[in-house]
Amino acid sequence: MAKAVGEVIIDIEKCKGCELCIEACPEDTLALANAINKKGYRYAEVVANNCTGCANCAIICPDACITVYRLIMKKIA
Amino acid sequence: MSEIPTIEINKETIIKPENLVYKPPKTLFDTPMHYCPGCGHSTVHKIFMEVVEEMGIENDIIGVAPVGCSVFAYYYMNVDMQEAAHGRACAVATGIKRVLPDKFVFTYQGDGDFAAIGTAESIHAANRGENFLVIFINNAVYGMTSGQMAPTTLYDMVSTTTPYGRDPKIHGHPFKITDLIAQLPGAVYVTRQSVHTTANVRKAKKALRKALEIQKLNLGFQLVEIVSNCPSNWRMTPLESLKFIEEQMLPFYPLGDLKVPEGI
Repeated sequence: MAKAVGEVIIDIEKCKGCELCIEACPEDTLALANAINKKGYRYAEVVANNCTGCANCAIICPDACITVYRLIMKKIA
Repeated sequence: MSEIPTIEINKETIIKPENLVYKPPKTLFDTPMHYCPGCGHSTVHKIFMEVVEEMGIENDIIGVAPVGCSVFAYYYMNVDMQEAAHGRACAVATGIKRVLPDKFVFTYQGDGDFAAIGTAESIHAANRGENFLVIFINNAVYGMTSGQMAPTTLYDMVSTTTPYGRDPKIHGHPFKITDLIAQLPGAVYVTRQSVHTTANVRKAKKALRKALEIQKLNLGFQLVEIVSNCPSNWRMTPLESLKFIEEQMLPFYPLGDLKVPEGI
């Protein structure tokens, strides 16, 4: 079975810390950071290495600050 | 082949243009939006601009911005936009569509703009069967002016002007303008969607695309109502507001197509 590995890039200056991506993530890859961005919001960050690149976080993100990459392992093997 | 080649997986091997699955649309300006954290307005801006980018019509679409929270829609959507007086977006869009009939035209309105002050313009544009798309964001309060009761406010819902909840004997009944417009022969595509879960965001995006495709066929008025949230004025966290949509808004405003042209 093909295994998918993903990577999300979060534009932390656009993030407002609404936590919708954290709720939408089925793998619990994301969490709120303890640090804050320029506007004073705690931003979302990647805390685990288990992203599958499903892009649920990016689809629900109201501020369009998430970019998602996905690599299907079958392609390489 | 006896051996399966092993490749080290790291950030560099994943982050490549060919592995891209989602990036914000180019038709949306790369600027932070003024909306509150978790607001559905920005989600709708994003999915609509994705549709515009996917259809490749960014040079052939003209939008009309309303008055309300989304008054600055023209700062975020990288398409031609026109601002209208409060509630008059449908009247302005009628003019634009009649002068430039080969362009796509849409208005982006909230419940205060579309269903309160602009009711006459909205209903008559629908009844005339004007061929443009209305994106109607229903969040049950007047967001920009700090959460007063709107026509769409639910029964018993607390707002700043109904501190004891909306009582139909005093404040009247919630106004389902989408159901009303579905009765009119001029309206051809009327649907109600929501943006409170990932699945619903995808469905709302499909509905917006379908509306623009219907506009291309020159059939008549298209209305896409999107049930949205207002965490600040509902006095909730963004996650609580999504739960409120699921539990309180959707039983009163059921999702789905109210009217679809035959054969589409």
